[in-house]
Amino acid sequence: MTAESPRPSLAGLFSGFFTAGLSGFGGVLPFARRIMVERRAWLTAAEFSDLFSLCQFLPGPNVVNLAAAFGARQRGLMGAMIAIAGLLAAPVAIVIGLGAVYERIGSIPAVHHALLGLAAGAAGLFAAAALRIAWPAARRPAHAGVVGLAFALFGVLHLPLPVVIAIATPLSVLVAWRQHR
Amino acid sequence: MILLVLLGLFAGLSLIAIGGVASTLPAMARAVVAHHWMSAPQFAALFGLAQTSPGPNMLIATLIGLHVAGLAGALVATLGMIGPSSLLTVLVAGVWERFRSARWRLILQAAITPVSGGLILAAALVVVRAADHGPPAWALTVVVMLVSLRVRLHPLVLLAAAAALGAALF
Repeated sequence: MTAESPRPSLAGLFSGFFTAGLSGFGGVLPFARRIMVERRAWLTAAEFSDLFSLCQFLPGPNVVNLAAAFGARQRGLMGAMIAIAGLLAAPVAIVIGLGAVYERIGSIPAVHHALLGLAAGAAGLFAAAALRIAWPAARRPAHAGVVGLAFALFGVLHLPLPVVIAIATPLSVLVAWRQHR
Repeated sequence: MILLVLLGLFAGLSLIAIGGVASTLPAMARAVVAHHWMSAPQFAALFGLAQTSPGPNMLIATLIGLHVAGLAGALVATLGMIGPSSLLTVLVAGVWERFRSARWRLILQAAITPVSGGLILAAALVVVRAADHGPPAWALTVVVMLVSLRVRLHPLVLLAAAAALGAALF
């Protein structure tokens, strides 16, 4: 945290993350970054990357972790809860509304077919996002090997997630350690 | 008590969601089918619905909770999905800050990216399999994926087009 960066109030935390949550279709991260770094200048770009790498590393929804970590750093536990509440208030309300409509009309054939089309489209968007995330991680051959291994253990052999993590992570640490020498 | 089952399921998933919620989608799909809460295509439909809402992709948990136990279920599933991981993040954030330039931290950081990359690719495969029954759906998924990679379009435009095509062709 640099000395001159403004320390957001609880209301500021709520409104900042509220805006990010409401604008983030198919990924909140770019919007959260724009608000935290560019619009409100809470963090420098480097401080943001640093904080986000922690949130990716820890389990849980990455952007929720980001709200928790940043909120806690600024305003303690209350700050963390306020930031998360801001981030999720609108999306949770919207998705509950959509879900309630689905429970009513989801079994009408035309609606069901539209939803299957929607699911196929959403799967395509998800696959594109996954490729965008995995591509930079697979630049070096050794890292690409780890990406391939995790993919095969989890996606092809269907091993449970904790088992996959227990096998792939030590190997990946070894690869990263050798390259850091 | 259904709410406790929901809370337990999502709190457990929250703590193993390395690389994000996406990596738990296969386990989530297996669990909801095993509990007889819904069929695999229904899970796919809820996933599609969750993607049409703004916000993080953990909203699938909210929708499952809603489907299983109404509004209370939606809130319990949401809290379960974010509670344990957020608490852990708050606890670790201070330590992480202190070891900003430590070598072990840089190595851990470099090591976690390929693992989560592979997990997300696998999750994408599972989602595609769950969503797509039959060649037209597969084709639609591939087209949306390619368009999304090549062209800057709002995701809602692509989803609306996919829904319209689904209603017309499936």
